[in-house]
Amino acid sequence: MSYVSEIFKGLNTLLTGMKVTGNYFLHARKGAITQQYPDNRDTLKMFERFRGEVVMPHDENNEHQCTGCQKCELACPNGSIEIIWDRGIDEATGKKKKKIDRHIYHLGMCTMCGLCIEACPTDAIVWAPNFENSVFDRTQLTKVLNQPGSKVKAGIED
Amino acid sequence: MFLKFSITKTIHDWLFELMPAGVAGVVEMILIAVVYLLIFAVAGLYLVLLERRVAAWFQLRLGPNRVGYQGLLQTMADALKLVSKELTGTEKADKFLYNLAPYFVIVTSLMALSVFPFSEEFQAFDINIGIFFLTAISSIGVIGILLGGWSSNNKFALIGAMRSGVQTISYELSVGLSLLTMVLLTESLQLSEIVAVQKNGWLIVQGHIPAVIAFVIFMIAGTAETNRAPFDLVEAESELGAGFHTEYSGMKFAYFFLAEFINMFIIAAIGTTVFFGAWLSPFGITDSIPWLGVFWFLGKTLLLVFLMMWFRWTFPRLRVDQLLRLEWKYLLPINLFNLVFMAGLIWLGLTIKF
Amino acid sequence: MEKTLLYEELKSQEYFINMGPQHPATHGVLRLLLTVDGEIIKKVEPDLGYIHRSIEKMCERDSYQQIVHLTDRMDYLSSHINNEAVCLTVENALQLDIPDRVKVIRTIIGELTRIASHCLWWGVIGMDLGALSTYFYGFRDREMINDIFEETCGARLTMNYNIPGGLMFDIHPNFVKRTKEFITHFRNKLPEYDRLLTGNIIFQNRMKGVGILSREDAISFGASGPVGRGSGYSCDVRKHHPYSAYDKISFKEALQTEGDSFARYRVRIDEMWESMNIIEQLIDNIPEGDYKVATNAVIKLPKGEFYQKVETARGELGVYIISTGTKNPYRMKFRSPGFSNLSLLNHIAVGGKIGDLVASMATLDLVIPDIDR
Repeated sequence: MSYVSEIFKGLNTLLTGMKVTGNYFLHARKGAITQQYPDNRDTLKMFERFRGEVVMPHDENNEHQCTGCQKCELACPNGSIEIIWDRGIDEATGKKKKKIDRHIYHLGMCTMCGLCIEACPTDAIVWAPNFENSVFDRTQLTKVLNQPGSKVKAGIED
Repeated sequence: MFLKFSITKTIHDWLFELMPAGVAGVVEMILIAVVYLLIFAVAGLYLVLLERRVAAWFQLRLGPNRVGYQGLLQTMADALKLVSKELTGTEKADKFLYNLAPYFVIVTSLMALSVFPFSEEFQAFDINIGIFFLTAISSIGVIGILLGGWSSNNKFALIGAMRSGVQTISYELSVGLSLLTMVLLTESLQLSEIVAVQKNGWLIVQGHIPAVIAFVIFMIAGTAETNRAPFDLVEAESELGAGFHTEYSGMKFAYFFLAEFINMFIIAAIGTTVFFGAWLSPFGITDSIPWLGVFWFLGKTLLLVFLMMWFRWTFPRLRVDQLLRLEWKYLLPINLFNLVFMAGLIWLGLTIKF
Repeated sequence: MEKTLLYEELKSQEYFINMGPQHPATHGVLRLLLTVDGEIIKKVEPDLGYIHRSIEKMCERDSYQQIVHLTDRMDYLSSHINNEAVCLTVENALQLDIPDRVKVIRTIIGELTRIASHCLWWGVIGMDLGALSTYFYGFRDREMINDIFEETCGARLTMNYNIPGGLMFDIHPNFVKRTKEFITHFRNKLPEYDRLLTGNIIFQNRMKGVGILSREDAISFGASGPVGRGSGYSCDVRKHHPYSAYDKISFKEALQTEGDSFARYRVRIDEMWESMNIIEQLIDNIPEGDYKVATNAVIKLPKGEFYQKVETARGELGVYIISTGTKNPYRMKFRSPGFSNLSLLNHIAVGGKIGDLVASMATLDLVIPDIDR
């Protein structure tokens, strides 16, 4: 008799499983967990802390907050950040002061660990929620973060 | 070969008026072949699409919905891609057998398609041993799988092919016996006769308990016959990569792929014909419009196809020894008992007839 | 005479199969050299090195803050716990007093990571055994956890939320709400896992009595985590050597004694329930306070050797640092759970079928970058 009861028990477990998937099938219309990605580009919003890429915000006067202290360059584990800097005369004080020429960011090497942003004393670099980073040529992944002709905001000291 | 479909009957008469009987016969055969090839291709492609959409709905996804309206042209595009792909193969493969294998699989499923009574008058080939022909034909397909696995000089393919051999030989028995149980009721192997008997109630109702048992066994064994999950040991993805068709690409792979889906359709169609009255409508509601039979037939078949898809997307796969245990220790004894049970019922006249 | 000849002709031959490095069941670039007699496995030889990135060597170059993000890339499914391990080692070496808030947050996120990892494992075990739908159900639940991580840490997988001395930033205001939502959701969904897979007769037949590992063998192979606990070897680091906030909470160690694949499966399912209990104990009373203590910009560990072990989703992860007092470690060694667990694969798979190998490998829950650092 155990032979027969075994069969029925087995069939019962199978039907229980089919009930689960069947339930999902019936509610498939509202239950899809996937996104139709390129279509929802306009509405897709990343979380505010999302680590997409490192950017350097500039204000309306084309001024950034980077003093060229190179702490981010030191903090980066992969050498994704290179700062080419120079010394210039500060107009206000007349002293020699470090200023950046180019803040180079190799997005292709970045592991999004966030140590550079942690290390930055002046909040000159921040995360941008930009995740569409694919390009046809990887040299395009090397970016210069400071805009041409930009300069450091007055009064920013590290 | 004889045609009874009213539209085709007109064409048939017209052809025979137009040319001498010999030529007309040949032309007619070609026409039928073309029609069935079309059915084959369309059914295969849309079953693939159906499978993908159904799978998606089981899995909280959307499924292909880009090419054409709701993805209706998706599989057409896929087929186009497969046609244009390079046919790769292993260097030390047995080239002749390797190239022959896909045709075994696809030709047998095409042959099996020809005997189904899609409607009262739409049946290409109504031989008197219909059921026997179907079981015989469907077991030839496995030769293609065996050849493909054997000749492609790949150990994964070889294991897959050997598993397929074991599986098909075993489950053939159950398919045959469960159909035989129903043949006791119909007293004929001819498919049109089987349908005619069911005008007094579908066989699953006529035979009640043993018929339901036979149907369950048929569905299990039929799923195994088509090498679909949970019996997809032949191409067990997580074990053998792609199984017997590991080394096939392009259109040769597409043949295997299409044949798998057509086989699924065939098993479901056999189930429809034998258990659910083929083109007969429930309670004869559309008996006055004969051509609606096609829709009833396809509707029932697709329902069974859906059942097989439901199996596939729910159950884990069996192991090869468990597969054989299921057949020889459970399905076969139950089947034999069921056969005797059914014979007893018929002898005592306990079948239900309207 | 004739009989022997016939036997010679019919003698079965053992043959090799290369399973991997590209194979669906090896979950990455693991290569298994199988010696097979028909379907029966005679020998399994794992061949490693396809994803070796010399993380341990890279650690000798990096500062202690930088080391943390490398451990994300070892066992990527429990990246937070890996980070925590390194941070705990450094903090213990520096004898920092870590605020309670940090400890509790680390524990909550660690347990969420464990659930996420087990969700993925559950999906994948179903897929390995041919039930493809489980994959999506597992991922649905994991996705909710990943959203929590993304909101708080900024990344879904390689979070790098820990820094030596605390956390990189405070938890997001929505963190508590979202975590509670997830717990209520998952308490409803976890029984569904049981209905779909655990109870299934085919699944039980595939799992029970397959890949048996005795308690003695588990200890001698150095098995840890669910693999060890499935064999009745009580080896939960959280219980025996509590770290972070685990000493303040009560939880059961999931133990099964059968030692087969099904026991390991059950341990992981039980662990998900326990993790939910742990989170529920902590989520309502996260203590106020700082989210980090200040450390020097350049951390220099005192001279000496430091070891800390934690319980990742896969088992015991040990971090061993030899410091000479400079800003880089002299030598860094990770004792990864996957490596020891892989070593017993040959022991449990021999004599089984190819299908059994896949089943028992799935219950070992291997993550290849963890094995091949």
